[in-house]
Amino acid sequence: MAEETITIEVLRYLPENGAEPEFQSYDVPLRSDWVVLDALNHIKDHIDGTLSYRWSCRMGVCGSCGMMINGEPVLTCAAFLTKYAPGPIRVEPLAHFPVVRDLVTEVTDFVDKLKHVKPWVVREEDKPLEEGEFKQTPAELSDFKSYTMCINCMLCYSACPVYGLEPGFAGPAALALAQRYNLDNRDEGNDERMARLSNDEGIWSCTMVGECSEACPKDVDPAGAIQRYKLAGAAEWWKSFITRKGK
Amino acid sequence: MESKTGYTLHHPKWHRDAKPIFWWVKRWVYIGFIFRELTSVAVAYSAILMIILYRSVQSGPEAYAQMLECLSHPVMLVINVLALGAVLYHSITWFNLSPKAMVVRLGDWRVPDLMIAGGNYAGWFLISAVIAAAYILG
Amino acid sequence: MKKSNDAFWWTLFGGGGALTAMFVPALLFLFTIATPLGWVEGPSYANIAWLLMHPLTRIVAFGLISLSFFHWAHRFRFTLYDGLQLKHLFELIAVICYGGAIAGSLVAAYVLL
Ligand code: SF4
Ligand code: FES
Repeated sequence: MAEETITIEVLRYLPENGAEPEFQSYDVPLRSDWVVLDALNHIKDHIDGTLSYRWSCRMGVCGSCGMMINGEPVLTCAAFLTKYAPGPIRVEPLAHFPVVRDLVTEVTDFVDKLKHVKPWVVREEDKPLEEGEFKQTPAELSDFKSYTMCINCMLCYSACPVYGLEPGFAGPAALALAQRYNLDNRDEGNDERMARLSNDEGIWSCTMVGECSEACPKDVDPAGAIQRYKLAGAAEWWKSFITRKGK
Repeated sequence: MESKTGYTLHHPKWHRDAKPIFWWVKRWVYIGFIFRELTSVAVAYSAILMIILYRSVQSGPEAYAQMLECLSHPVMLVINVLALGAVLYHSITWFNLSPKAMVVRLGDWRVPDLMIAGGNYAGWFLISAVIAAAYILG
Repeated sequence: MKKSNDAFWWTLFGGGGALTAMFVPALLFLFTIATPLGWVEGPSYANIAWLLMHPLTRIVAFGLISLSFFHWAHRFRFTLYDGLQLKHLFELIAVICYGGAIAGSLVAAYVLL
């Protein structure tokens, strides 16, 4: 019996050709246990070894296999072929990022933005070791726990039209991670982050499209994080406004 | 942003997509977003109507009657039905997003998002009912 | 990094958004649809005049109108930036939008207060 197949249309960009990206079609077996990433691996191993893409864990943890499938940013290791049957399935590199080759994007911009928000526990003074560990209650942890789930897959950046229009925008994941540390009771970096992010490349650029939260595979809800950040930013602004006036 | 890392120095030619001006017509959710933002026009329009209403009430009974007359013109009715649709959309999207910004805590218990949105809706119905009662009974 | 006033405008935007979401649909429906179509009979002139001219109503109405304008200004400004990619007209658009809201509020203050 002939095996059922499905067509995958991959957007290919080969810089050495100097040509514009073009779609190339491949027929792959339509197996119920295959995800789009399996199909790409099948293409690379058996049909066309020149295809380039990134992946690692194939279980939704490393965050490196994000691509646009039929125009939506998803983790290809979590996207079952059968969901898109009968196809064809369009696979493109993550939107809004420069493309290095085929499905491989250049993500330095995101990495820089991540660094910019200081996503670590900032202390004015490090506590001496003898004083023991930092304490955190489950309630304190629950304040920001969902934000710690981010795997830096950048799907939210591809879903965000504001980032597409304004490459300077810090973007969903970076702002959600800033909030993750702002809300951490061990952290003291709030003011520093606010100074960096309460401007039109930070929280105030967000117009609450909300698609970042829809795209996120880890339910981080960056849109909610930014919204809360804005509220905190506004409160801060009015506080300093009033105290300035009071003097 | 901070300096770029070294390995991008000799990078091959990247491909960048230009964003079309009407990028938002490509997906329904983006159209919905633009429409949500444009409801603000209906909000501003309502504010102008309110000023006109005040003006007419101040100018006496004839002016007020004239203004009501003007509102029954079919063109005005069509405009106002559209405006009402937009304003309703504004209210609904606003209340649905409200739990995103508000985190309400009672002791250790975090009020679930659904209840926050529900509270907003309850307030909305209450206020609308009071306005309607005042208007109809007044 | 220049100090940003966005927090200020955003507060007005948010306040206006919440207030209008609560109040405007009912008002708009009663005044401009239900009454002209004869579904309900509005109050007599004397009553509506008393109700609207009451100092408390006037203050609330002024707040509602003014914040409506600021809500519009902020949202519309970003819609122009994003929807039509007019980022290069950044300052001009901001001046027109917020300026419009301030002008609208002044007119409202003149009429109502
Ligand atoms: S917030 Fe979600 S979508 Fe964005 S990078 Fe983190 S895990 Fe990915
Ligand atoms: S391969 Fe690691 S997240 Fe998909």
